[in-house]
Amino acid sequence: MISRPYAAAKRTLGIGEKLFDVNWGLVLLITLIAAGGIAMLYSVAGGHFHPWALSQLSKFLVGLLVMVVAATIDVRVWMSLAYPAYALAMVLLIAVDVAGHVGLGAQRWIMLGPLEIQPSELMKISLVLALARFLHGKSVEDVSKPLNLGIALAMIGLPAFFVVVEPNLGTTLIILADGCSLLFLAGLSWYWIAPALAAVATAVPLVWRFALHDYQKARVMTFLDPEADALGAGWNITQAKIAIGSGGLSGKGFLNGTQSRLNFLPEKQTDFIFTNFGEEFGFVGSVALLILFAVVIFYGLQIALGARSQFSRLLAMGITLNFFFYIMINGLMVMGLIPVVGIPMPLLSYGGTAMLTVMFGFGLLMSVHVHRQVEIPRHSGGII
Amino acid sequence: MPLFDKKDKSRYATFTRRSLGMGGGMTLVFAILTGRLYQLQIRDGNQYMTEAEDNRINERLLAPPRGRIFDRFGVELANNRRNYRVLLVAEQATQGVQEALDTIGKLIALTDAQKKRVMTTLAQNKKFVPVPVAENLSWEEFSRINLHLPYLPGVQPDVGETRDYPFNDELVHILGYVAQTSPDDLKGDEDPLLAIPGYRIGKRGIERRYDSALRGSAGASRVEVNAYGRVIRELGHEAGVPGQDIWLTIDREVQQFVAQRLGNESAACIVTDVQTGDIIAMASTPGYDPNLFNVGISPDQWRGLTEDDHKPLLNKVMDGVYPPGSTFKPVVAMAAVEAGLATPDYRVSCNGQLTLGNHTFHCWKKGGHGTLDLEGGIKNSCDVFFYETARRLGIDKIQEVAVKLGLGAPTGIELPGEKSGFIPTRAWKQKRYGVAWQQGDTLSCGIGQGYVTATPLQLALEATRIASGKKVSPRVVHMVGNDLNHREDALPLELSAEGLARVREGMNQVTNVPGGTAYAFRISEPGFEMAGKTGTAQVRAYSAEEHLHGVTKDSALDWKLRDHGLFIAFAPVAQPKYACACIVEHGAVGHPQVLMARDILLFTQKRDPLNMPTAYPIKAASLPGRPVR
Repeated sequence: MISRPYAAAKRTLGIGEKLFDVNWGLVLLITLIAAGGIAMLYSVAGGHFHPWALSQLSKFLVGLLVMVVAATIDVRVWMSLAYPAYALAMVLLIAVDVAGHVGLGAQRWIMLGPLEIQPSELMKISLVLALARFLHGKSVEDVSKPLNLGIALAMIGLPAFFVVVEPNLGTTLIILADGCSLLFLAGLSWYWIAPALAAVATAVPLVWRFALHDYQKARVMTFLDPEADALGAGWNITQAKIAIGSGGLSGKGFLNGTQSRLNFLPEKQTDFIFTNFGEEFGFVGSVALLILFAVVIFYGLQIALGARSQFSRLLAMGITLNFFFYIMINGLMVMGLIPVVGIPMPLLSYGGTAMLTVMFGFGLLMSVHVHRQVEIPRHSGGII
Repeated sequence: MPLFDKKDKSRYATFTRRSLGMGGGMTLVFAILTGRLYQLQIRDGNQYMTEAEDNRINERLLAPPRGRIFDRFGVELANNRRNYRVLLVAEQATQGVQEALDTIGKLIALTDAQKKRVMTTLAQNKKFVPVPVAENLSWEEFSRINLHLPYLPGVQPDVGETRDYPFNDELVHILGYVAQTSPDDLKGDEDPLLAIPGYRIGKRGIERRYDSALRGSAGASRVEVNAYGRVIRELGHEAGVPGQDIWLTIDREVQQFVAQRLGNESAACIVTDVQTGDIIAMASTPGYDPNLFNVGISPDQWRGLTEDDHKPLLNKVMDGVYPPGSTFKPVVAMAAVEAGLATPDYRVSCNGQLTLGNHTFHCWKKGGHGTLDLEGGIKNSCDVFFYETARRLGIDKIQEVAVKLGLGAPTGIELPGEKSGFIPTRAWKQKRYGVAWQQGDTLSCGIGQGYVTATPLQLALEATRIASGKKVSPRVVHMVGNDLNHREDALPLELSAEGLARVREGMNQVTNVPGGTAYAFRISEPGFEMAGKTGTAQVRAYSAEEHLHGVTKDSALDWKLRDHGLFIAFAPVAQPKYACACIVEHGAVGHPQVLMARDILLFTQKRDPLNMPTAYPIKAASLPGRPVR
């Protein structure tokens, strides 16, 4: 019944071996994408390293270090840190509602010494870690038991609540999507899933009616008919579409995007950075970028499927899906397929917390790969 | 404890299955994103490219200089001067436009009404369009704005051009004025110039009639702008076509004299060149300053203009319609000769009145004039003579000659809104009132009352045609740009030379023979003598009692009830060169209109503008009937 030797699994890998085992192909891909992002930040600043490109480069380099370090740390260490990380993120999240200062009309930032961090970003990774740990010991049947399901849903719902009241709809959606995906992958019964989908469908009108802020409703209405208020709230969508569309097949060329350089693009350095990419590199460049993203996701899927423990698998898949949801929501948003929600494009958009959490996520993913042979007993709580 | 139990296998299988399923879902999302990129960049790429260019490139319209207006000797009657003004760009006003206006208001005088108008204009335009806040600033005010510019985001000092009328009210009824467009002006006018905030168009007179020529066509500056409308650089510049200059037949010196001579009377006067119909001067008083309308007239000023009983806004020359009174008598006399009625032997006896049926028609001279020939009838302005003559002629023959002399129909002068007096016919009355023409009607018309009306311009034309015997029309515009205001050489009138000569002789006797009604007002300097015909237009109906005991003296009446005084004349008598018509409303007492016409004709003849070389730029040689010097 046990068909393979466990010597390899039990043996502690040396740091050299670990570094050798890191997915350097994946690192190269990530670096390529991030380089594209830095080039875009250089471009939207009108061909200057200030104020974004240089800063983003340093953030990426820090992120790269964080990633490699995280990759070499045993996945079981991460497992044992899962709950504390979740608790810490939760505390910060509540603190941001209390003490966070107002940015962009929503409380999303908190100052931690010199660092300005977004707890909601931390929460995404922490939630994936904590859920993976919680579901690690649960069989398919266990997952569908009401008590376990209730705990898991509470773990998802609690941070979702504190993020949505910030208010930050985009991150809330990603937290919900990450959490539900992990439940699904852990084997949640269709008998739960089907009614839940039905419930969500009925809840949408109620959420619209009672839960959404005016600015959120306005965004949705604007999305449905952007030309109705082309100079007001519809401006973002209209200008983003013009930027991408005007790129044509091969784009206007690096540094030649007029939409962003002349400030027609809002939030050009953050959420709408992809529009500048589309404008300057056209269909060819944009599809190439999407392919790079897809290959990264494929890597993540492969790593998840190659891991031997349920925690590792769920963690890898959770990180990959989190990355994917970013791309999906941001891509659909800037191309005018869904309403504008504040979600950056991973690796491209300017922003420290997002860059660091994404890189840290990749570090965890690589840790799963490096420690893919590690077996973790079902009732284990990690090695710390 | 086994690490891989059945449960773990089953959940690994579930995980793998569901992961691959999600992988499929993710692939689908990437396909959707790619499809959307195809839609935006390939299928609709060209359209978005155009929109991006539209975003980037802003066509700024440039108003070309408006054409100037000159008199016949090249004196600028309307030109453009520097206009120091302050513009406001809403998008750049970071403190808000209301605050910006308040700050400007601390530096230069700015009324609440002005502020309100700016706010309205701002609301009507895109946020990057500069909107004028204040114009025609003094250099001091302009400097003050420039000095404080660092504290005035969105405020742009600008040196533009504005219309200027150097002679103020002197020529206002000819030139008209320019003013900001009203919503009605924009209907059906596609000229892009009108989109420029603060652009002025011609509202009256020459400015209105020749507005499109004076405007020129818009120039454009293609500039690259950022999203806030700030100009990054100029990509191209297309100078517009300047408006065309207009050359009038007016002589500003004569015009000035006329305007001053009319003074503050409610009066109108026209001086023409009898050979061509060219108008040398044309004034209606009181006037008003056209610069007021350009700068923006205040409600008080506007009320003052509209409520003045001397009606300064009305161009009485062509908008005032009056009974011509005795100035119509030469027409009747002419008709009498043409009809073969007034032979040299023709006589009418006047005993002070004429009875027709049970109605008595009175002559202005109680006791009558005795027996008169045609020239005597004109000289004495004998009412009975013309009652009787008109009675014998019938209205239709009079009407025929009146039309030939330029009455009864608009003269066609190149100014907007010309009105026309009226000359009745038998058929007209039948049709209009369903009542047959009465002989009594003819009698009234015979002395220029009743249904007969005329504008001063038409009376000037009557005098002009009698003087020259040519079928000329009044004209005030000589050239538009390089184009001559073309017209046919004046043909002789279809009237007999004998008739014209006898009427002229009658008019000569009016002024130059003792006993003539205007002998006291003659020009006595040899060679400058004028011939003329006085007239009085009744403003009120005389009562039967007045006919018995004498008409109440005008001087005893309210100004509004006094008769109008009219006069037509030409000079010099021997070889007529200039004709003149003059009317003073409610001014029959003391014949001020005759005195004015006399002074004006004397001044004109002494200056003799027709004998001076004109300053018309080209084609002057083709002026009909005019020797070129």
